[in-house]
Amino acid sequence: MRISCPYCGQRDVVEFTYQGDATVERPDPASIDQNAWNAFVYDRANPAGRHRELWQHSGGCRAHLVVERDTVNHVIHSVAFAGEKQSPKTASKRKSPSRRKAAS
Amino acid sequence: MVERESPLGTAYKPGRHGNVADAAGVTLSETRPGSIVEIVAWPGTEKAALAAIKSVTGLALPDKPRAGVVKSGKAGLGFAPRRWLVIDDKEGLAAELKSAIGIETGAVNDLSHGRTVIRVAGPRAEWVLSKLFAVDFSVDAFPVSNGCSTSHHEIFAQIQRTGRNQFDVIVFRSFARAFFTTLCHAAEETGYDVA
Repeated sequence: MRISCPYCGQRDVVEFTYQGDATVERPDPASIDQNAWNAFVYDRANPAGRHRELWQHSGGCRAHLVVERDTVNHVIHSVAFAGEKQSPKTASKRKSPSRRKAAS
Repeated sequence: MVERESPLGTAYKPGRHGNVADAAGVTLSETRPGSIVEIVAWPGTEKAALAAIKSVTGLALPDKPRAGVVKSGKAGLGFAPRRWLVIDDKEGLAAELKSAIGIETGAVNDLSHGRTVIRVAGPRAEWVLSKLFAVDFSVDAFPVSNGCSTSHHEIFAQIQRTGRNQFDVIVFRSFARAFFTTLCHAAEETGYDVA
């Protein structure tokens, strides 16, 4: 599997570190809703198909990336810097979590 | 000036090594620059940081991914978003850059003693480096003066193409001896000179 880093270009997956699901949204930090925090920490979907994930180019430019990957055939549909706004097409599907603004 | 101790130590053996049937494929050397400085700009201050680098060093770095500049005695390269490395033969560049780049523009980090620059030059330079790094070293994909950051078995390396057949590999000082030894092994097949 290769990921096209927006800065470095196409690189082997060994240079990247998986940072988790990019679709989860952190609850309001002031929230004391136990269920919301439990869901944020533990609940993950396991989709077969397109999925948005956070990756870090840890063996290269060290940028945090949002990668849209098909979990069935490993086709990478899009790669973007995690700090950037997602394309309208992607954003309309899933709201971009505010925590990612500070990620890069 | 106090002579700086090379981290390569006993691994650095000047002379001809490896395959001696033909002319040496590469020449390996340590460039020992006086200054290695990393500059980080904040989001939105890239242009101001690049202008400051230009006014201090005369290096006109383009605001493009991986772009770099090579001049005699100095070089600059982009290796990550909003981050550049400037290398100069003379010492004291970090202090000059620090006074030119304020905290509102970015951060300046003096890495002169923290990095080692190993030069790989010769007709087989691309071939030798391709054994170690999963990066396309052809001149079309990696033009002269461009930079790149990658790693070889967890040893982080910044590479700049400083000539058609010449690359400068910048590694952490503490890994330099291990990396240089690996590089020598990779070059044995084609024969190498240590200058």
